[in-house]
Amino acid sequence: MSLHLVVMGASLGALEALRVLLPGLLEDFSSALIIVLHRDKEESGNLLPLLDTNCVLPIGFPVDKEPILAGRVYIAPPNYHLLIEGDHFAYSMDEPEDNARPSINVLFDSAAETYGANVTGIVLTGMLQDGARGLAAIHRHGGAAVVQTPHDALAPSMPLAALEAVPSAQVLTLVEIGKFLAKMTH
Amino acid sequence: MAIEIEDIEVLLLTEAVYQRWGYDFRDYAPTSLKRRIRRCDELEKLLSISSLQEKILRDSDCMQRFLDQVSVNVTSMFRDPGLYRAFRATVVPLLKEQPSLRIWHAGCASGEEVYSIAILLHEEDLLGRTRIYATDLDQAVLERAKEGIYGLGLMKGYTENYQAAGGKAAFSEYYHAGHGHVVMRKDLSKNIVWARHNLVTDASFNEFNLILCRNVLIYFNARLQERAHRLFYQSLAEGGVLVLGRQETMRLTPHESHYRTLDGREKIFQRMI
Ligand SMILES: C[S@@+](CC[C@H](N)C(=O)[O-])C[C@H]1O[C@@H](n2cnc3c(N)ncnc32)[C@H](O)[C@@H]1O
Repeated sequence: MSLHLVVMGASLGALEALRVLLPGLLEDFSSALIIVLHRDKEESGNLLPLLDTNCVLPIGFPVDKEPILAGRVYIAPPNYHLLIEGDHFAYSMDEPEDNARPSINVLFDSAAETYGANVTGIVLTGMLQDGARGLAAIHRHGGAAVVQTPHDALAPSMPLAALEAVPSAQVLTLVEIGKFLAKMTH
Repeated sequence: MAIEIEDIEVLLLTEAVYQRWGYDFRDYAPTSLKRRIRRCDELEKLLSISSLQEKILRDSDCMQRFLDQVSVNVTSMFRDPGLYRAFRATVVPLLKEQPSLRIWHAGCASGEEVYSIAILLHEEDLLGRTRIYATDLDQAVLERAKEGIYGLGLMKGYTENYQAAGGKAAFSEYYHAGHGHVVMRKDLSKNIVWARHNLVTDASFNEFNLILCRNVLIYFNARLQERAHRLFYQSLAEGGVLVLGRQETMRLTPHESHYRTLDGREKIFQRMI
């Protein structure tokens, strides 16, 4: 797989974090950025306008079996697991994992299995520990692991759990993660 | 390496299940199928998919448990309330023009969605002239659907959904509460026929004014989705309506040009030609 994926997970504090990160992405962004954020029980419609305003890249919910394209931002809609399946997306309505649907672990696992070293996993702010197991899977399959600096995060428990699972992960503040992403260009 | 071996095992297992029991999962979307097969392996306390295959070939109870796992029967009442509001606005007027109605609810699981639609039709004075064919591949969930017995604890959430869906009465009018469970009112299911039907292997069985098939096609690969869409197209009257799940689409299917979109967000389509 020559396509490179950045998979990102965030929970409490996610919208604030994305408002910092997304404006930093420019047209020459050469990966596909795929984001799971936990927004329990909220109708999906409320999510997009918030994010759309400050991102120059095409951004949206993928439809089932939609091909994954570089230079785009994809958001997992509420109430389904979003999975990577070869060159396209797939959905499932399976039970929540660790109380989360969409689950960061489910996305990360499926990305790791198909894209191996061509995946960067990023765990941002959030309560509980979704993303830790998935980040370990990415690491095991040769991908890069990045974790938001815990004291830089609104809710440090997800970053802490991720670091415990992948102690060698790069630890970056939100601003540094922005620069890190901005370097992923053609 | 380990992953490649598992992929081979999944192929062999689905072939074995098909040969032995006639259930065809060979063209299901592979990533989530593999996840659920792994879960089944864990529940059976087995260490490999090959061992699961060995057991399933010989043990029909194990096959039933496998079916429960891989068919994903998760569902709820008035899930996606916006759908029901859109349905009232765009589909109900079309249905009111018809002297009698035939509805096919494919992949109905334990029936929550079917009762939701029946309640809506009742409130729109349409239920009396409607026959609903509610089908699923899994007999066990159909039995539960037929009984119409659900956990009392679920009713709070369902009541909220019902209200958000534009419900016109008190939700509690539609069931009798017992100890820890509720029983759906029998008049709601008077015109419902519950039957087994497999979208992979069975043919069209009638002509319908409305087909609902939500959150089933996501489990199919593109080829199988195409087959299902052909089946729906063949089974819909001209002017009939197809309702899919939130993430599903007519896009990427050969039948896209035969439909017009009545509600893009809620995935409501009308067959035009
Ligand atoms: C996730 S549930 C969806 C239930 C409901 N429509 C909803 O959206 O809430 C998927 C259902 O599809 C059924 N199913 C899976 N494969 C099928 C097939 N090949 N033919 C018919 N039903 C199938 C499963 O047994 C399960 O009950």
